[in-house]
Amino acid sequence: MTMPSIGTALAWRDAARTLISANVPPQSVTWGDEAEPPGLWDTDPPAVGETAVTVPRGFIALANAVVWHNDPARFALLYRVLWRLRDTPHLMSDRADADLAALRQMEKNVHRCQHKMKAFVRFRDVGTPGDARRSFAAWFEPTHHTVEPTAPFFARRFGDMDWRIITPDVSASFINGQITLAAGQAKPPLPEDASEQLWTTYFRNIFNPARLKVKAMQSEMPKKYWKNMPETAAIPEMIENAPARVQEMNRAAPTIPPLRAAKVLKHVATLGTVWSGSPDELTAAISACTRCDLHCNATQAVLGEGPSDAALMIVGEQPGDQEDLAGRPFVGPAGKLFDQLAKEAGLDREKAYVTNAVKHFKFKPQGRRRIHQRPNTSEVLHCKWWLDAERAAVKPKVILAMGATAALALTGNCSDMAGRRGVARILADDTQLVLTFHPSYILRIRDPGERHAAANDLRRDLALAHRLSLKPE
Amino acid sequence: MSAQTLESKLAILSDAAKYDASCASSGSTKRDSRDGKGLGSNGGSGICHAYAPDGRCISLLKILMTNFCIYDCAYCVNRVSSNVQRARFTVDEVVKLTIEFYRRNYIEGLFLSSGIIRSPDVTMSDMVQIARKLRHEENFRGYIHLKTIPDAAPELIAEAGLLADRLSINVELPTDAAVTQLAPEKNPAQIRKAMAYVRLRKQESADRSHTGKQPPRFAPAGQSTQVIVGADASNDATILGQSTRLYSSYGLKRVYYSAFSPIPDSSKNLPLIRPPLQREHRLYQADWLLRFYGFELDEITGVTPDGNLELDFDPKLAWALAHRGVFPLDVNRASRELLLRVPGFGVKTVNRILSTRRHRSLRYEDLTRIGVSMKKAGAFVTATGWSPAALTDSAGLRARFAPPPEQLSLL
Repeated sequence: MTMPSIGTALAWRDAARTLISANVPPQSVTWGDEAEPPGLWDTDPPAVGETAVTVPRGFIALANAVVWHNDPARFALLYRVLWRLRDTPHLMSDRADADLAALRQMEKNVHRCQHKMKAFVRFRDVGTPGDARRSFAAWFEPTHHTVEPTAPFFARRFGDMDWRIITPDVSASFINGQITLAAGQAKPPLPEDASEQLWTTYFRNIFNPARLKVKAMQSEMPKKYWKNMPETAAIPEMIENAPARVQEMNRAAPTIPPLRAAKVLKHVATLGTVWSGSPDELTAAISACTRCDLHCNATQAVLGEGPSDAALMIVGEQPGDQEDLAGRPFVGPAGKLFDQLAKEAGLDREKAYVTNAVKHFKFKPQGRRRIHQRPNTSEVLHCKWWLDAERAAVKPKVILAMGATAALALTGNCSDMAGRRGVARILADDTQLVLTFHPSYILRIRDPGERHAAANDLRRDLALAHRLSLKPE
Repeated sequence: MSAQTLESKLAILSDAAKYDASCASSGSTKRDSRDGKGLGSNGGSGICHAYAPDGRCISLLKILMTNFCIYDCAYCVNRVSSNVQRARFTVDEVVKLTIEFYRRNYIEGLFLSSGIIRSPDVTMSDMVQIARKLRHEENFRGYIHLKTIPDAAPELIAEAGLLADRLSINVELPTDAAVTQLAPEKNPAQIRKAMAYVRLRKQESADRSHTGKQPPRFAPAGQSTQVIVGADASNDATILGQSTRLYSSYGLKRVYYSAFSPIPDSSKNLPLIRPPLQREHRLYQADWLLRFYGFELDEITGVTPDGNLELDFDPKLAWALAHRGVFPLDVNRASRELLLRVPGFGVKTVNRILSTRRHRSLRYEDLTRIGVSMKKAGAFVTATGWSPAALTDSAGLRARFAPPPEQLSLL
């Protein structure tokens, strides 16, 4: 029986099925690879016999791996075990049988070879810019005939690109989603790939010279694979320099910390802390705040207002021009719109605690006007201190955060509000949080239809927050 | 300062990332890109694409987003008071490196960690942005491991869990006291709270809604943590005690032990030592015995009076040598629980013994064929035609397993 080098698994299965159904004993079959010349007394295989054959599932999996081994005796050994299985179907669960142990060893070799192929194939970019699909190629030298059984893995992994794996045994290519197998080839010239340099840089730097374990590396990455892996060229030098690098680290005296370290640590010290004064002192403390530079230009800190036991807390961005002058939140144009929508949503502003994420007005003077500037992350974080203190004092059941700045202060995330608004979420302290647009965003929309839709959304969210705050525990 | 090239940034930020031991890329959901609309696959078991001369596998592109950091942890190369060179990747640079490396089959995915810049929330939000871009713009289906910043807002951790396969938060040191001393800005209670949050979110994502719909999987490859060994004075019993608490409380997939290893520009508060690699190895072995072999913590750490594992013997062998009354065990009759306690028997070996002894009684050579190292196990088992006789109780047994004496170096 001659087995082809492509499609070996199916060919062996068909041949074995034919032989065993015709009751041909193992000793009267000679098996050979395609490469071997046929024997002198070879005869044509018999016709399929009458006997139906059933085989344990475990054997099929075993055979499907073993056929890819490079030992020419594998086919005969497989057939011998298949023959024995007819009378002893439980043989597969006998872990100490000598024939099966040999097959299992082959299976292990093949699996290891497949695994190493999945790991050590290195593609180079062979495409041209502008191609619809990118194109890569690799040269690899497997120990066993593992290209065919491993090709589907690469197809699953690199579904959106074309690739070729060229080996002296069998070559596989994947073009436009189709795997094609062909005979082996000699090593082709592949173009240089700039990523290999980056990869080697990574390989050099991820190595810890204080933990040199060369044997552990070589047992997992045997030298036979090295010649086709770009990073391995750096290994001798990495090993050679390792002891000196460690000595250098040990010898180096501790250095003086950079100047910025003290400043940064001071900043860090403020991050984890919470305001610890009594609630009565809070307003005075906020008014006197100099935690960031915004206080220098603003008229005053604008404090939150509303009942100190409100069930609903509404958080805006920062005071605007009007608020800065009046010292009260939400009294400018955006405040007017807010009042109107709140009223339509059935929400009584007097019953909610209304405040801002940032307490001072940030602006850029332009002629006779002050242009609103969005507070940066650092300012928001500094002022979060006060917002957290207000939350601790009021203990609202529900917080409505209007706009990205309020969302940043409360969730740490200032991404697009459109996808996040309108649902209730739970904060770490079990407060419910609803995100929504800031009223000033609605005022900025030019298109009347869009403006109307956004206003509807805001009204709906106001109603949702209101409803949640009324709900009994 | 001239602008850094991508290559020099990569050098700085991979050098800074190498002290994180985890490189696992296994155990996530199965997915692939056979539909041609994305890149990458995940098959359950991980693949190590290369090995560095430190014997560690390289499976993921393990980098820091930035090594600027506002914290001052004495053991860390990136602490604010260190004078190492600093760099920061942009979001696009990390995405490009990951995709280009992946396409060339260098890696299984990305392990992204970061120094803390400005605030925990800002840092976490940038990391989430990278993961989001990889998943949603590049349709990347490979593995993503995100280091979670414990103080970051829950919403950010929630999004991270939906994008990444694994989340991890390092407990860093075996005791809260050591954390307070060596990493003053870190808060051990906050770290535990963050791990609890991840576990709860994972549980929620496993429940089907009332319509029977499965919610999106949250960190399908679970969460892990790392603890540095040898930077403080804790003994192995303390370290393993912490691990058992972490495994049971937060359902961790792995606790990684990382021998405290010399760093460039070390802190004067924490003198450098030779990395205790053997101790690290023994801790991993003990960790396995606790999780898969039915050993109790005090059985393993009770062998020596000081609560440290023996360095010369693996913990199972050390236990067996101290409890010889249990042995020799008859491999043809002993229970699974007891067989698991035989030095040289692994879980697979025991399963094979159990399945084979249904058919026949096992002999010495059967055991070797099954994969047992009889050199190790021989003194502790009997089989058909094999008995260790007096060897089990002999005074010289310990010496048989001890490593050969080593010539001390003169220098």
